[in-house]
Amino acid sequence: MEGIPYVPATPDEVQRMLDVLGFSTVDALFDAIVPAGDRLRQPLGLPAGLVEADLVEAGTALAAQCTPVTAAASFLGAGAYRHHVPAVIRHLVSRGEYLTAYTPYQPEISQGTLQAIWEYQSLVCDLFAMDVANASVYDGASALAEAMLMSWRIGKGKRPRVILAGAIHPDALEVCCTYGHAGIVRIEAVPPGPDGRVDLEALRRSVGPDTACVAVQSPNFVGLIEDLPEIAAIAHEAGALQVVSVPDPHACALFEAPGASGADIVVGEGQPLGLPISFGGPYVGLFATRNAYVRQMPGRLVGRTRDVEGRQGFVLTLATREQHIRREKATSNICTNQGLCALQVAMYLALQGPEGLREVAEQCHAKALYLKRAVDAIPGFRVPYKGPFFHEFLVETPCRAADLVEDLAEEGIFAGVPLSRWYPARTHEMLVCATETSRREEMDRLVARLAAVQGGAR
Amino acid sequence: MTRPLVTSGASGLLQEEPLIFERSVPGRRAAWPRPLDVPPADDLDPALLRAVPPRLPEVSEPDVVRHHTRLSQRNYGIDAGFYPLGSCTMKHNPRVSEDLAALPGFGGLHPNQPVSSVQGALRVMVELEDALAEITGLDAVTLQPSAGAHGEFTGLLIVRAAHEARGDARRRILIPESAHGTNPASATLCGYETVEVPAGPDGVMLPESVRSLMAPDVAGLMVTHPNTVGLYETHLREICAVVHDGGGLVYGDGANLNALMGVARPGDVGIDVMHVNLHKTFSTPHGGGGPGAGPVAVRAALAPYLPRPVIQRGERLAIDWDRPLSIGKVRSFYGNFGVLVRAWTYVRQMGGPGLSWASRMAVLNANYLRARLGASYEVAFDRPCMHEVILTDRRQRPHGVETMDIAKALMDHGFHPPTVYFPLVVPHALMVEPTESESLDEMDAFVAAMEAVARQASEDPASLHAAPWRSYRRRLDEVLAAKSPDLRYTWPSPEGSASGGD
Amino acid sequence: MQFPKDLKYTPQHEWIRVEGDLGTCGISDFAQDSLGDVVHVELPAVGAVLRARDRAAEVESVKAVSDVYAPVSGTVTEVNEGLDGSEDAVNRDPYGEGWLFRLRLFAPEELATLLDVAAYEAHVAEAGH
Repeated sequence: MEGIPYVPATPDEVQRMLDVLGFSTVDALFDAIVPAGDRLRQPLGLPAGLVEADLVEAGTALAAQCTPVTAAASFLGAGAYRHHVPAVIRHLVSRGEYLTAYTPYQPEISQGTLQAIWEYQSLVCDLFAMDVANASVYDGASALAEAMLMSWRIGKGKRPRVILAGAIHPDALEVCCTYGHAGIVRIEAVPPGPDGRVDLEALRRSVGPDTACVAVQSPNFVGLIEDLPEIAAIAHEAGALQVVSVPDPHACALFEAPGASGADIVVGEGQPLGLPISFGGPYVGLFATRNAYVRQMPGRLVGRTRDVEGRQGFVLTLATREQHIRREKATSNICTNQGLCALQVAMYLALQGPEGLREVAEQCHAKALYLKRAVDAIPGFRVPYKGPFFHEFLVETPCRAADLVEDLAEEGIFAGVPLSRWYPARTHEMLVCATETSRREEMDRLVARLAAVQGGAR
Repeated sequence: MTRPLVTSGASGLLQEEPLIFERSVPGRRAAWPRPLDVPPADDLDPALLRAVPPRLPEVSEPDVVRHHTRLSQRNYGIDAGFYPLGSCTMKHNPRVSEDLAALPGFGGLHPNQPVSSVQGALRVMVELEDALAEITGLDAVTLQPSAGAHGEFTGLLIVRAAHEARGDARRRILIPESAHGTNPASATLCGYETVEVPAGPDGVMLPESVRSLMAPDVAGLMVTHPNTVGLYETHLREICAVVHDGGGLVYGDGANLNALMGVARPGDVGIDVMHVNLHKTFSTPHGGGGPGAGPVAVRAALAPYLPRPVIQRGERLAIDWDRPLSIGKVRSFYGNFGVLVRAWTYVRQMGGPGLSWASRMAVLNANYLRARLGASYEVAFDRPCMHEVILTDRRQRPHGVETMDIAKALMDHGFHPPTVYFPLVVPHALMVEPTESESLDEMDAFVAAMEAVARQASEDPASLHAAPWRSYRRRLDEVLAAKSPDLRYTWPSPEGSASGGD
Repeated sequence: MQFPKDLKYTPQHEWIRVEGDLGTCGISDFAQDSLGDVVHVELPAVGAVLRARDRAAEVESVKAVSDVYAPVSGTVTEVNEGLDGSEDAVNRDPYGEGWLFRLRLFAPEELATLLDVAAYEAHVAEAGH
């Protein structure tokens, strides 16, 4: 067969290999392997292949049916956040040595990935003010679910109850429920109070000696900063752990770090730190904890050691926690994680440095504050929660938020994320987000446009 | 012992590279946001603000470029050469896929955009779902799982949900002893107890073994097909019937699907649910440990249980969240979309005939290596294999040379080692998977290297114990790493007396 | 490989040394050798009540982890705290410094079900093949 990309064997070479094996045709070889009754007798019902030029055309045509956030004034958040990604990151992670390596099982020839991941672990620890971080999990939502299971393990099964407190992203909440479905943990939600933040009194009533952890998201789903020290105190008083989930880790450059606020496990969505927004993935789950709990942590870990000549080197370590050794008793089933995404995060944090990261975080907040005040001032619109926030806030709309968002999208404005996507009854609310990428002129345009719909509710 | 001759490699300019933290110089930086065009914020209570800023390195862009360029050069990827890592399917990673995934119309989409503005992205997903259904012989597909093990977890939850929907809670699951460790770990995560199924003497599972273990509380069988010793499960059709007769479902681990495209379809044989590793069979780069993607394909009867949302077909594609029987979400949003675009690209470029040919050549290559390597190494199951072949160190052990020594020695000969000590059912295994993208001359060079190592094993075994000699680092002390875990950098104290590196 | 004559063994390669109603337990030379360099040990809680063949401890090397079972029933009276940081004692001196935990036996008749050194050596010879 000719003209098949990425398959170098020529007809002559195919024949030479068959000769070595003593088969006359490729089919005859397969007859010796696959029972006749199992063989697929018709061709796969897939279109014929495309040459590269046609493939590029086909892919580009489909991409052209989409409007990227860069072509709009976008105020979308709710779990994925647009930030500027330094150009150099894509070039560095596209290096074939990084891109086309497998998991670093052979450390002598994988020092690049291993050192970079070790640096990533260190950077995540610094950002969250925690002791130890793993080499990444799939995303922020699955990281929270893993943290919940880890808390259960630390409670040695005597603390079956996990409390998810306040406004946690409903998708993350759902992922936790999926992971908890097997029945080993009992998940209980403590809904937010009237101010949009964790209802501390309700939380106090809920925790008990059977509680493995109190998990909380900060900034929470509606953008508010939670009272982490107080929540940690409530959890710790009952002997439970505090788990903190961070949807955009830039917040940790501005607000007090979860590790300094009593957190025992900190997870986060790493996408905002240098990853393309890419329609929801690949993203990366950041996962950090205290030294005491390292052996209960899921996922891969890179450690620093020495080679036989005494030189510094890096290896995958504490592997006995993992599925390939402990099998059904492993701390998690995770194997392939998000290695290359973790590298992007490491590059981003190094490129920003302490000053850059703080400036980005401050700009996010300043711009979101500007927008929030302006929207709150439009008659008919209201920002219900007044607590401290980072870069996202809830807006009550005078018309159906989903209709408003659709209408404005046609004018090149992605105004926000309607809450009806998760809560069908909450038709007149949307989440609005600004980051350092939002221009004042775009925000003014959004405000003007919202002011125009006021009264014209559909 | 003699130090082997250096035969290749451009090592003349291989500099030591410090930690990124050790490159830090106060006041250096690499990135700046736009000047602030709104008033600075005045609303925050200082008590909420971070007291001690994160101690990130202060470096320039050239620093970061040098650092990662040099680190990357300490790595070996499929771009650099043959990577016969069994069960990992290290095939060539096309670059056109990288370009397409990075198009702003794909890479620049926010997952919460109005659905009217993402039609092309949804079309890619729908076409990929259809292709995976056709290749596996199943009916419906979710693209949400992020990796193979995540797919296993998703698929087993679907099995569980299907049983529960019939009021038939079952608590055990059968798993062959040769299975990858993720299988029992995923089963436990789904609340199942695992029961090991022994392999028959010729490396494949026997219907009798499954029949004797099948019971009313057995939810099903989790089978890797082709199996982890590289063989086609020849009795699978009968085994599936046994499981189905007992009211169970059959989960297929699709890690080895690269042997089957257009050859035989797991769904036709009786598998009900299976995951597919896009970072193996569908050529998306593994990235040194991800991101991957582990879509799950199911029979029509199981489709209602798929994670939500699903894409609603039609002229205008929509996202359907109203799935009352769904097991729920297994991660945020819709999956590793960037990986899905790359896999779609691969399927479109190869086409049906190309994918079928790829599987045929992957199997031919593995058998060629089996025949050639059998001259110097013991072949665990010496009969036609599928996409990979398992060797052992049996002929080298009398010289005191073990699998690990062979693996490390191969590095000195310019090749990435095969998968070692897996599967556990073959003691001291060396698992070789060439894939279809290796050429005959590359494989012949690998055979020559393996033969040279075998000769070295009999002539100078001591040199192998110390291998590798030529890699950037030599054997690393894994005991030290595990006994005194050093998992992060600690900055030197402000006095500057300590040097953080030591 | 050393197998002291005054100990009783289990087929899972634990040993027990009985003095009065106290039994000191550990893993055999064969077990430590097949495990490789021990890097971490998880010990039971003092006061824990174990039945014979209950999981009592866990011994980890770099690439393997092994459950250690109680050879006979008893209450844990003491664990070897000295192993923390000196896990290599399990490799160096499995019957001495590398002991794991001590039990107060409440069913000493169970000792009769364990292997004596000859039976254990035969068992090890079998496992070696």
